[in-house]
Amino acid sequence: MKAAVVVFPGINRERDMMRALHVVSGTAPIPVWHADKELPDVDLIVIPGGFSYGDYLRCGAIAARSPIMGDVVAKANEGRLVLGICNGFQILTESGLLPGALMRNRNLNFICRDVHLRVENNRTPFSSAYAKGQVIRCPVAHHDGNYFADAETIARLEGEGRVVYRYCDETGAVTEAANVNGSINSIAGILNERGNVLGMMPHPENLIEQLQGGDDGRGVFESLVGALAA
Amino acid sequence: MKARVTITLKNGVLDPQGKAIEGALGALGFSGVGEVRQGKIIDLELAESDRDAAMKTIDEMCRKLLANTVIENYSIDIV
Repeated sequence: MKAAVVVFPGINRERDMMRALHVVSGTAPIPVWHADKELPDVDLIVIPGGFSYGDYLRCGAIAARSPIMGDVVAKANEGRLVLGICNGFQILTESGLLPGALMRNRNLNFICRDVHLRVENNRTPFSSAYAKGQVIRCPVAHHDGNYFADAETIARLEGEGRVVYRYCDETGAVTEAANVNGSINSIAGILNERGNVLGMMPHPENLIEQLQGGDDGRGVFESLVGALAA
Repeated sequence: MKARVTITLKNGVLDPQGKAIEGALGALGFSGVGEVRQGKIIDLELAESDRDAAMKTIDEMCRKLLANTVIENYSIDIV
């Protein structure tokens, strides 16, 4: 699996992401600087988490307009796989590759802890290593993860199985108490219409081996390896 | 030419910061405050001297960067 990890100023999760990709796929990913205009020839483009441009204006707003994003959008439109985690998810919504927006958390706090996710759709390149309905543990670390979209968009996402990950409690129950940031319908991760772009707020790259306290997040990367080997 | 762009959240978009301000005003004893909504103001200095051309350019700036029209409305005032 050949992967590129796009690095913007202010991003801080790129090393964790590169390590997770390397450990799970066996191939070191290629870091790409935001000022570059062209991506290398890769199967997967990853936009990691952090605070690109200090979250100025809106989270991900400036990064979404940086030079490399033209090629990210072009490759996404060709069907290349794109994964955005946390700030990467925000950048993907700001760039128009994913619908909706990530608003300030409902309780206004920066939230940094483990949450549970329910795998709502495992027929995607980003979730096929899990069972449908499987409950996984995953860390979150964000201030603006409150997913919002208009009612029509939400209905489409739900109807088309494009809500891939949803916040839940440890038993898999989707409750308001388990909705960590106030996202509509407890949405944690969504897919674009074509099914090749996924954005999610939680950080699966931080839970890929027992040294990190668990490996529930590994499935995201195993799914990608499987999808690209097929 | 100077212009001011005012960006507000669309109706129906949850504004947790506005809610927090609302609660804090109540805690300070200001009664009778209804809903509070928070927005932002961006002041621009432009070389352009033609008003219509400036409006057109700023409108494009708003759509491309300054506002996220999924969640925000914007208005432009030439000052």
